[in-house]
Amino acid sequence: MSTVTKVQKPTITPKKKKGFFQSLGKQWQLMIMSVPMLLYVLLFNYGPLWGWLTAFQDYQPKKGLAGSAWVGLDNFRFLFGREDFRLAIRNTLAMSVINLVLGTVSAVLLAVLLNEVRNRTFKRTVQTVTYLPHFLSMVIVVSMAQNIFASNGPINQMLLSLGLVKDPVFFLGKGEYFWWLVGVINVWKEVGWNTIIYIAAMTSIDPCLYEAASIDGAGRFQRILHVTLPGIKSTFMVLLIMNIGHLMEAGFEIQYLLRSGLTMKYSDTIDVFALIYSFGSSKPHYSYGTAAGMFKSIVGIILLFGANKIAQALDEDTLI
Amino acid sequence: MTTANVQVKKSKKRKDIAFPIVNTIILCLLMFITLFPVLNTVAYSFNDGMDAVKGGITIWPRVFSTDAYTELLTDSAVYQAFWISLTKTVITTLTNLFFTSMLAYALSRKEYVLRKFITTVLVLTMYVNAGLIPNYLLISTTLKLKNTYWVYIIPTMFSCFNMIVIRTYILGLPEALVESARIDGAGDLRAFFQIILPLCLPVMATVALFVAVGAWNSWFDTYLYNGSKKNLYTLQYLLRMKLATTQNSSNAASSTADALASSSKVAPITVRSAISVVSAVPILIVYPFLQKYFVTGMALGSVKG
Repeated sequence: MSTVTKVQKPTITPKKKKGFFQSLGKQWQLMIMSVPMLLYVLLFNYGPLWGWLTAFQDYQPKKGLAGSAWVGLDNFRFLFGREDFRLAIRNTLAMSVINLVLGTVSAVLLAVLLNEVRNRTFKRTVQTVTYLPHFLSMVIVVSMAQNIFASNGPINQMLLSLGLVKDPVFFLGKGEYFWWLVGVINVWKEVGWNTIIYIAAMTSIDPCLYEAASIDGAGRFQRILHVTLPGIKSTFMVLLIMNIGHLMEAGFEIQYLLRSGLTMKYSDTIDVFALIYSFGSSKPHYSYGTAAGMFKSIVGIILLFGANKIAQALDEDTLI
Repeated sequence: MTTANVQVKKSKKRKDIAFPIVNTIILCLLMFITLFPVLNTVAYSFNDGMDAVKGGITIWPRVFSTDAYTELLTDSAVYQAFWISLTKTVITTLTNLFFTSMLAYALSRKEYVLRKFITTVLVLTMYVNAGLIPNYLLISTTLKLKNTYWVYIIPTMFSCFNMIVIRTYILGLPEALVESARIDGAGDLRAFFQIILPLCLPVMATVALFVAVGAWNSWFDTYLYNGSKKNLYTLQYLLRMKLATTQNSSNAASSTADALASSSKVAPITVRSAISVVSAVPILIVYPFLQKYFVTGMALGSVKG
């Protein structure tokens, strides 16, 4: 192959060996296609990093970055001195872990069940239906959740008619339920979508393994246990490690939309905290919000690098 | 001996029948749980407002009424929001696809000297996230995009994950395609637009769906940047305002500037449900047709990305 191209284009090969700028000049079309987007990413992804400076300032929008007073680590001292920020860290980690565990277990379980379905039409129907909530906006989902979990909503009516509770449960107004409510809503929204990658991994399992297991006398559950689950192990590990790297990302959309004054001790993640401190009062405190976000990002970077190191140590595929 | 064998076989057969039945029942139950909240919302949207407040509606309206839809369809704010949502989605999808796929092509060319550098810059964005407030300051203070329509388009012109998905797809195409175009004298721009791009339609459909759904469903950009510009509200933002109304029903009248709620004789819950239905329908119509594509796209992007 390579010899053929060399014969056909004898001028290309020697020119490649010339200087960096010469080949760059030859590749001006590729540059047109990529450099604008490089600049775009530098502006929109790296540009905001300048804003981290405001975490060390008493930032006043009118004075700008240059005119605002420097306060050192005062903003961080203020944050860690506040109970609601410590609660926000706790809530972020708690909801992340709940989402991770519930999300992974439910997705693997559903993928295994779907993998056992022989009727293609039925399998496709289940998949189409369970993918649906992934495409709904969080606003719609929270709106639905408010109807479903209302004190006169269907869940409470079911619980009452089954005699499991005497009075309607106040799902939306009790902080203790909030983490689990978020976990359940997230599972409902994403379980189908999360199976896609596991099912892709399962289809790459060699069918001979199932046949061999059957001949050796393995029943259905043994086949699942000894063929299917080992077959998705590496996918599972990669996703798990990646998710551990994202433990600080508990999201804020669902919490922000679902929260109320009654649940704020349990609902506010670091992002919600940053949002409320920055925009909640009439006088914006951007510095507190920036400092909170910066703390989150730095812990996130450490977690992500740590997770990558674990992945390398376990000899799984590196994540990037 | 033989009878024992037969018995073993029989019990095995019963197990083989039992599992698919149980499995089918579980999956049907799951489909019901998935669809119930959706049908419930549809039922609420078609229910009489005064009756709906009592609650207890399942998947069928108790007292049928189209008042909520009449209310929506006679409100010019809803049309305006629909128009903004629609144009925003279309423009974002087209610009995002254009730039993302072009970069994906450039980074798929192994001879490109800036390939490594640009890839590293992009990969590092996965680690470095400045956070909500610095982003807000960049877009509102530095770039002055607050209270403009552009804030819907410019910050969402590129996405790294989608770039990886498209690039993986392009790398799977035969190398000879581009080589032969080169021999015929075509540059990279022509090779991309005339040869590679038409072949990328399946993956482009996937990415278009992701981007379009993201653009259509977003409410936070309006909340953050255009909360005081009524003519730039999107459907999702109208819905989110309705949601805030029901959450703080005690001070609802004062807390929201939403004309829909105050003038309404229908209950907020039915209007809220009706907006949900109106804003969900476009996506629900489109996505089943693209299922085949996005499933492959997802698997490609996440396994190899």
